[in-house]
Order: sequence, then structure tokens, then C-alpha cells
Amino acid sequence: MGLGFLGTIKDLFTGKLEKEDFISFLRKVVVPLASILLFIGLWHMGSQSLYNIEAEFKIEKALEDQGPAAAEALRECIASGESGCQPNTLPSPSQVWASYQSLLRDHNIISADKAAFIEKTAVLNEKRIAEGKEPITYTGRPSFVDQIFRSLKTVFAGFLLALLIAVPLGIFIGLSPTLKSAFNWFIQIFKPVSPVVWYLLVFMIVKTVLIDSNEDSSFTISFISVGLCSMWATLVNTAMGVSSVDKDYINVAKVLKLGSFQKIFKVVLPSSLPLIFTGLKITLSVAWMVLIAIELLAQSPGLGLFVWEEFQNGANDSNAKIIVAMFVIGIIGFLLDRLMLTIQNWVSFDKTDAI
Amino acid sequence: MSTNVLEHKTSNLIKDAGSFPSSEVMLDLKNLKKVYPTPKGDYVVLEDLNLQIKKEEFVTIIGHSGCGKTTMLSMIAGLNPISGGYISVLGKHIKGPGPDRGVIFQAPSLMPWMTSLQNVLLGVNQVFPHATKAQRHDIAKYYLQKVGLEDAFNKKASDLSQGMQQRVGIARAFAIKPKVLLLDEPFGMLDSLTRGELQDTLIEIWNKEKITAVMITHDVDEAIFLADRVVMMTSGPKAKIGDVLDIDFERPRTRKAVLEHDDYYKYRKHLIDFLEH
Ligand SMILES: Nc1ncnc2c1ncn2[C@@H]1O[C@H](COP(=O)(O)OP(=O)(O)O)[C@@H](O)[C@H]1O
Ligand SMILES: [Mg+2]
Repeated sequence: MGLGFLGTIKDLFTGKLEKEDFISFLRKVVVPLASILLFIGLWHMGSQSLYNIEAEFKIEKALEDQGPAAAEALRECIASGESGCQPNTLPSPSQVWASYQSLLRDHNIISADKAAFIEKTAVLNEKRIAEGKEPITYTGRPSFVDQIFRSLKTVFAGFLLALLIAVPLGIFIGLSPTLKSAFNWFIQIFKPVSPVVWYLLVFMIVKTVLIDSNEDSSFTISFISVGLCSMWATLVNTAMGVSSVDKDYINVAKVLKLGSFQKIFKVVLPSSLPLIFTGLKITLSVAWMVLIAIELLAQSPGLGLFVWEEFQNGANDSNAKIIVAMFVIGIIGFLLDRLMLTIQNWVSFDKTDAI
Repeated sequence: MSTNVLEHKTSNLIKDAGSFPSSEVMLDLKNLKKVYPTPKGDYVVLEDLNLQIKKEEFVTIIGHSGCGKTTMLSMIAGLNPISGGYISVLGKHIKGPGPDRGVIFQAPSLMPWMTSLQNVLLGVNQVFPHATKAQRHDIAKYYLQKVGLEDAFNKKASDLSQGMQQRVGIARAFAIKPKVLLLDEPFGMLDSLTRGELQDTLIEIWNKEKITAVMITHDVDEAIFLADRVVMMTSGPKAKIGDVLDIDFERPRTRKAVLEHDDYYKYRKHLIDFLEH
């Protein structure tokens, strides 16, 4: 499912590939690879021409402001590849790859640093705990990989919150036409509200609720905002699934006089699981999408904050790092989607339902 | 031949008037009326419908499509409100659905996420709450065996063929030991070969259990093969019982014996004549 092309590749190497499979091999492996190469090629050419435009513009400007000598010096400086005078524009694929490697190196350095710190403070911390004091924790700069895990933590916390609110509420709304009309306006109005506004709303509330706590509330604020932004698909789908259970199943439940508990857990819920999971899948992908914006606003550690800080930073390889983050965000989003799809197929009785 | 048919008609019409001793009556429909409100005004589907069904009787119902057969059956099941008259089971007026009236629907209506055993247990657990778990499993397995599914206890319902699913439906209905069994064209969606097999299975298990059964069918041969009496409904609106035909074949019956019986074509002609008028 989704990763089916891996099977085809395996067949290729184990020699199981028949002639008839050739077309499907072309379609599943060669075409995607070719399109990736084409994409990288276009990107390379695009960034090259943007680079040239930016360079020409800089030199023009130097010529106008400071005269021909300065312009010539700048031209030489750019050609020499010295980092201080490089035009700042869309980075090329190779620059992005280099940044990716440097982020990994950076991560290894920080991890080693952290490990050393923990080793160094181990004895001291034991003593402090024995004395009833707080242990000393590592407060150094998080690496890119640390940021990824923090983002994942935030998104899963938000997703869990969405699930815990939207699924039970959806069930109640789906079961009761009265509740449905009570909540309908509420859903219709709040569903289209943008992540930024949700963030501001949650900020207003949480700030006051946690007024006495001196802990950092940015994580709380961001995961609640993510949950509230993303729960609507699950809420709507759950309510729809529950209210549209096949009439035959309901009739069976009626004839057998199943109690409400039995009816909900043995008939209604299992039959609406496919729709609930479709909702949860959308919720998780929305959560991941809005997470970046919300982390950025909330100054909550994670990929969003990373992107924002790199943008503010404006260092020579900042743009390349932002593109690295973009790919990481995209790939993780894709993997999360696959994960949900796998779970969905696993719990779903109707194998054709999941898309 | 044609006078013969007429004789049948009149004699049965009198019988229909509700002349059974009340101790013999399982199911009693009295002056039953059903009105569906529609945008163009009320639509009277059934009116003044009277029908008595005896204990341990198998009655099949035929009538033109849309005349109100499903409406009548779902009213007996308690799934469809009554507009006038009453329905009683063993003299007690029914109020809503209940496991004393088992239903086999046209679509198998199994929970596709459950195994065949779980589907049968869903009803058994409900009806025998005081039995031990092992006893309840035994009941469910017994009926699944009776319908020929001893190898499919743990198969997901969604993995079974239509015919097998309907077998589970039969097991589920019998396993709750209802007083009345209601069947709405249960084999209508099956191919003729499978239909024949399921008719045999149904009648075999029914011969053992003798649960009063009311079955709608659009298949004249099926109606004759299974029934003690075939009830013919007039076309709607305001449908009622048009005619009743006694089928005097002894039980247990085999398909071969029924087809070779001298009366078979007489019965068949009677039903077809009714449907064609
Ligand atoms: N819920 C309903 N509302 C309005 N009309 C209905 C409804 N159900 C059935 N009918 C109408 O009642 C008539 C009898 O339907 P039904 O009992 O399904 O017939 P049968 O089972 O004999 O084919 C049909 O004309 C049908 O259109
Ligand atoms: Mg019908």
C-alpha cells in the first residue's frame, strides 16, 4: 500500500520480474525516478538563473553607488565563492544537500556534547537528588533532529487532544438529532477559522489559566491550538459515520433489543470506523500542516521555530536550511499519512473503503 | 379444471375470516391498516387486512411488487408503526420490535466486521443472558452447524459469499428461538442453484424447530415447496388478503416428491392465475 513500488524493486533484484511486468516496472519505478531527476534539474537551472539575476543586480548597484572599482571587486568576490558576498536567493540542490549534511554533523556534535554533559553531571546529579534538589539538565542549543522530535511530540499531543474531543463528541452528535442541531452552527462557524486565530484564542485563555505557573506555556499553547485546528474533520466524519449506519444493522439491533451500550459499541462504532479513520487521517495531516505556523507564532521549539529562526538569521546557508526543513516536513507528513492509512486498513472491515 | 380453482378460492376465503380456535393462533393481524404520508397526501398501502397464522405453521406470501408485503412484514416485526388495527402474538398486542419475532432480511445484514460465530452470538447473548459463556457458544455453534457452516465459525462475515452470509442469517434467526420467524424474500438475491440449496437448508432446520414462519417470496415454486398455506395479497393501494391456498403435501417434503405430486401443477396454476388477474 503506497509503498508497493518497494515490492517491485525487490522483484527486480531477485530476478522475479517477468516481461509482462516491464510496463508496470516502468510506470512504478522508472517514471517516478525520472520525474525526480527532472525536478532536480529544473530546480538547479532555476536557482542558477535566480543567482545570476541577483548577482548582476548587486554588481549594478555597487557600480552606481561606489563606482567601477568596487563593482569589479564584488564581481571577483562572488566568482571566488567567498561566503560574505554571495547573492542571497533560492539555493541550488547541491547547496541544500550540503546544508543537510552540515545539519547532521551539527546534530552529532550536539549529541556528543549532551552525552558528555550527562556523564559529567551524573555523579553530581545523584547527589543532588539524594539531597532533594533539582538535577542539573542540559540546556544547550537543540539540534535539527531534536527539533524534529519536538515537532512530532507537539503534533501527536495535538492529534491526541483532537481525537479525545472529536470522536466522543462526534458520536453524541451523530446519535442525537437534537445535539446535531445544537452543535451544527458551532461546527460550521469554527471549522473555517484559520490556525493563526486559533493560536491567538488559545493564547488568551492559556496565558490566564497558567498565570501562576512559571513554566514555559508555549508547548501547551501550541499543542492545544494544533488540536483545535485539526479536530473538525474527525468531528464531522464521526458524526456522519454514526448517523448514517446502515439501516439493516440498526434493524438487527432493534430486533435483538440490544441495549444502548451494546448498540453503540457492537454496531454503531464498528460500522462507522472507516469514516472515523478517514477523518483522523485528515486531522493528522492538517495538524502537521498547521503545526509549523503555530510553532512559529508560539515560539515553541520545533521545525516551525527552526524555519523562522533561520529566516531571521539570514546567514549564508539559512535559505538552504529552510529548504532542508521543507523537505523534512513534507516527507514526515507523507509518512504520517501512510501510517494512518495502514492503521485504517488494519481496523477497517471493508478493504476497499480506504483511499 | 377452472371450476376446481374457483372452488378453492371460495373455500379458502371463508377460512381466512379468522375461524381458527384462539388456542391454535400464533399470529393475528386484525383490521390492519398502514398509511404512508406522502407529499401528494396520504397513501393507504394496507387496509382491513386480516390474517391468522397458526402455531407451527409455515405461511408464504406472494403478491405483486409494491403491494405492501414488506410493509406488512416490517409491521409484524415491530419496525414499522401500525396506522390502524392491531397485531398480536399469542394474544398479546405487539409493542415495537423484540427477539420473540426473529427476522431474516433480504440482504443478509450481518455485521461485516464480526465472524459468523460472533454474529450469531450477538443474538444468543442477548436472549440467553443467564446461560454460561460455553453454553451460549454451544447454541451458536449448533445452529451454524445446522446451516452447514461448521468450517466457517471464525470467518469474517465480509469474507463469506452471499449464500453463506444468508446461511449465517438463518442460524442467527433460529438461534434466538423466536416465537415467529419473519422472512422477507431472503433468497431473492441469490442465483437459482444457491437458492435451492438454501431452501433445503431452511426447511430442514424448520422441520426440527417448527417455528411459526411467515415468508415473503416472489417465486411461486418456492412458495409452494415451503408452505402449509400460501397467502395471496391483492395489489395496492389498500391491499388486503386476496386468497389463501392450502398446500396439502405431507412433511417432511423433498423437492422431487413435491414436483412429482399430482396437485403440484394445480396449485401452481392457481397462484399464477391469481397473480395474472
Ligand atoms: N417509508 C415509505 N414511505 C412512503 N411510501 C412507502 C414507504 N415504504 C414503502 N412505501 C410504498 O408502499 C408501497 C408498498 O411497499 P412495500 O411494502 O415495500 O412493497 P412490496 O414489499 O410488496 O414490494 C410501495 O408503493 C412503496 O412505494
Ligand atoms: Mg418487498
